[in-house]
Amino acid sequence: MTAVTVPDTPTPTPERRRTRRPVRGIGLNVIAVVLGLGIWTLLSRSGIQGLSGPVEVAVRGAELIADGTLPADILASLRRVFTGFALGTALAVPVGFLMGWYGTARGLIEPYVQFFRTIPPLAIIPLAILLMGIGETPKVFVIFLAAFLSSVVATFQGVMDVDKTLINAARVLGASDRVIFLKVVVPASTPFIIVGMRIGLGAAWGTLVAAELIAAQEGLGYRMQQAQLYYDLPTIFVGLISIGVLGLAMDRLLLLAERRLTGWQERR
Amino acid sequence: MNSKKISFQGVSKSFALKDTEFAALSDVSLDIADREFVTVVGPSGCGKSTLMGMAAGLVEPGTGQILIDGRPVAGPGPDRGVIFQQYALFPWLTVRKNVEFGLKLSPISPEERRERAQRAIELVGLTDFADALPKTLSGGMKQRCAIARAYAVNPEVLLMDEPFGALDALTRVQLQDQLLRTWSQERRTVMFITHDVDEAVYLANRVVVMAARPGRIYKVIDVDLPYPRTEEIRLSPEFGRIRNEVWHSVYHQAPAAPVA
Repeated sequence: MTAVTVPDTPTPTPERRRTRRPVRGIGLNVIAVVLGLGIWTLLSRSGIQGLSGPVEVAVRGAELIADGTLPADILASLRRVFTGFALGTALAVPVGFLMGWYGTARGLIEPYVQFFRTIPPLAIIPLAILLMGIGETPKVFVIFLAAFLSSVVATFQGVMDVDKTLINAARVLGASDRVIFLKVVVPASTPFIIVGMRIGLGAAWGTLVAAELIAAQEGLGYRMQQAQLYYDLPTIFVGLISIGVLGLAMDRLLLLAERRLTGWQERR
Repeated sequence: MNSKKISFQGVSKSFALKDTEFAALSDVSLDIADREFVTVVGPSGCGKSTLMGMAAGLVEPGTGQILIDGRPVAGPGPDRGVIFQQYALFPWLTVRKNVEFGLKLSPISPEERRERAQRAIELVGLTDFADALPKTLSGGMKQRCAIARAYAVNPEVLLMDEPFGALDALTRVQLQDQLLRTWSQERRTVMFITHDVDEAVYLANRVVVMAARPGRIYKVIDVDLPYPRTEEIRLSPEFGRIRNEVWHSVYHQAPAAPVA
């Protein structure tokens, strides 16, 4: 058999626009931040009752870092979020696959998922306290629930939406159900799973502070609640900014993982 | 032609459509000989893709049966390669990995797998793109990759469902020629679905014209043109005559049932 070549050039696909921002965009971002800080300073100077300015907050942040409170709080909060998030997604992925792949499992599980999804995880807190006490368990449980519910739906949608032609293509090449599942369904639904994880992480992080209102001894949410009692606005700001920065960092990390794992996707 | 390779025997299939039964196929019988190249043309809704899906084992016939080498079809299998209009490449695998997909399911050594994949890739002229992901390929190259994937497992039957339907006219002609070249080198039985009359005549030993409502075989037209088919043949009066006959059968079918 000889090689037969057809003169064929790949159609020029337009250069994929990755989210690599041009310098101008970053410049604008910096300007926006500086402007925001300026407005904040002006507002605090203009004498809004008790509102602390950026400098004051930065000083308090430095103090809290120096005496070890902030790192300890961050660590405590991150530990809760990661435990809840890890447990939630670790359960969501297999359950999502089960629901997407087996009609029976879907029929049995979906009513619960859809029902609990409509209840904000925070509304579970009173129940969680009564049933699980005031230790770490109820906090982690609420975060777990938030992460699980948001990523299970994405996973199961992902499995449902796997292109039937791909499954048929594998089948006609002689693939068994097991091979189709492992070699086609799992990779094809990875993008959905990662999107689900991002939503799940957002939900977990969003639930954290409220969960830490349950008689915690440390953590960003606890610290802010304490600060509220003592009218300590700078500490509240430090807490808020920490939560924002950490949430952003985690989301970017997952985004990076998404690029890595799903770079094969055709983006339109 | 020698023995029957594919045999459709009194095949019918209907789908429930709202509250009416929609007859996708009604009593279709057709024999395709070993190493024959048969094209199937017809208006949309004539059930030509359904017919092919049954030979592939992806669609169950309502009544009747389909025999491959005299044995009834029971599900899909690597003895029948299928090529889909939408390419159906695994987007997360490179060209080479796509081609190796079917080979990994057969009990051959890794060396042989690599060698057979390489041969198939060379056959369709994708050597330079063996490690590229599908998203970087043009439509024509994607379809060539899909063809290589089907060839790699060395099926005796190739079932092609409008494989060139989504390609531009120039690429389509190139792929037709390439398909015929590879087919003449390694003869297989080919059932090729298309809605393009020129393509149907150019490729086939026989053109099966189907009609819709209900889906059935309208006419079978022999193409007595020699292989290799060339541009000369494409422009010959004989080609024109057959093309007209097929065209006429497709577009001026006597209505079988009143159209609802």
